[in-house]
Amino acid sequence: MSIFATRHDRLLSWEWIGDHTDEIWERTLQHLQLTGYAVGIGLVIAMAMSMVALRWRRAYAPLAALSGALYSIPSLALFAILVPYTGLGFRPVLIALVTYTLLILLRNIVAGIDGVPRSVLEAADGMGYEPWRRFLAVDLRLATPAIIGGIRVATVTVIGLVTVGALVGSGGYGVFINDGLSRNFTTPIIVGGGLSIAMAIAFDLLFVAVQRLTTPWSRAGMAP
Amino acid sequence: MIEDALAYLTDADSWWGRNGLVNLTWNHVRLSGAALLAAIVLAVPPALLLGHRHRGGLLTVTLVNLSRALPTFAVIAFVLPVSYQLDLGLGFWPTFVALVLLALPPVFVNAYTGVDDVDAAVVEAARGMGMRESEVLRRVEVPAAMPLLAAGVRVSAVQVVATTTLGTLVGYRCLGTPIIQGIAERDYGKVLAAAVIVAALSLLTDAAFGALGRRLTPWADNPTIETKASVQHAT
Repeated sequence: MSIFATRHDRLLSWEWIGDHTDEIWERTLQHLQLTGYAVGIGLVIAMAMSMVALRWRRAYAPLAALSGALYSIPSLALFAILVPYTGLGFRPVLIALVTYTLLILLRNIVAGIDGVPRSVLEAADGMGYEPWRRFLAVDLRLATPAIIGGIRVATVTVIGLVTVGALVGSGGYGVFINDGLSRNFTTPIIVGGGLSIAMAIAFDLLFVAVQRLTTPWSRAGMAP
Repeated sequence: MIEDALAYLTDADSWWGRNGLVNLTWNHVRLSGAALLAAIVLAVPPALLLGHRHRGGLLTVTLVNLSRALPTFAVIAFVLPVSYQLDLGLGFWPTFVALVLLALPPVFVNAYTGVDDVDAAVVEAARGMGMRESEVLRRVEVPAAMPLLAAGVRVSAVQVVATTTLGTLVGYRCLGTPIIQGIAERDYGKVLAAAVIVAALSLLTDAAFGALGRRLTPWADNPTIETKASVQHAT
């Protein structure tokens, strides 16, 4: 009936996958690169925001509200708002993805550091820790599981959103999805979507493992 | 750039007609509303029953993780060929199906958790007063779960409104349409104008459902609920 009805005889074409292994690898690297940069930059900014929020308590509510508002802007809209200023490609997507990580990371860092028991901090002070050393060696160290939990959620979220970035030319697995969509050809959609899910699950499991490794005390059954 | 957007917004032709912003916004809201309603109807009854029996913890955890890993773009894209095979055409139905799939987890998880978390002593007291199981659910557990359930609906609503934007890729005329067209035509004024409207619509949805939730459950301690409704994910 329509021009679209040409290629949906099979759901998955193995020949297509065989012919595109190089491109699949290239898209994987782009996807990883964008995710890595977004979460990395997001972490630096969120850490700075958390310091401000911990130092001046009243700053937390506005910072959380701002990152919350940014978080609820749809990705395609945010990419589109940035494109006129940044052009198409990697940059608008990276900037938008960084803003999406802020809410998750800010909440987790502040909650993690807030959750460190008073008694531990007093003990550290009593042992003569300088404020900065105490922050790094005690506060931040004990907040590590919560912070890694935040990085985990942020990473998984960003991996899913990178696919949308293909619409403004960022590369990554979304290119396959977009390609399949425009040709009504399911194979690239399944490959792009499936690999994105696989990457998200792989990082999810990786961070669970890291979380366990960095908190030996929870395995030994000792209170933090 | 902003001047281009303002010029686009102040041009009457951008607002009226089949591809006008008024019609596109209406299409956007209509489909979002239908998908949200369908998700509530499908998710809430089983969630309440499972919560009442405290069965479904694993399912809930799985849903939370899966919904975060699932790229919305892939879901919408994948539904299209399937929709062709079922002769549903393009446009409304494929987008609707994808949106319902995406809206289900937050509603289900929050409704389940809300009922599952009700203080066991309160439930026992209700039974002790001679309530039947159906009454315990209806008169005690559901009202107690209401704040969390409302928070789940809110999360889903925002997510659906945001994701409907992508419906344009499968041929549904909505607020995503001028964005994609504008990018193709390098008409960035149009892109910016439509993107700002979509962003405003999401923020408005969030605020409206937040207010509705507070109205329905004036007794609720909202700050803690917002932190509990952590299934929200960016769209």
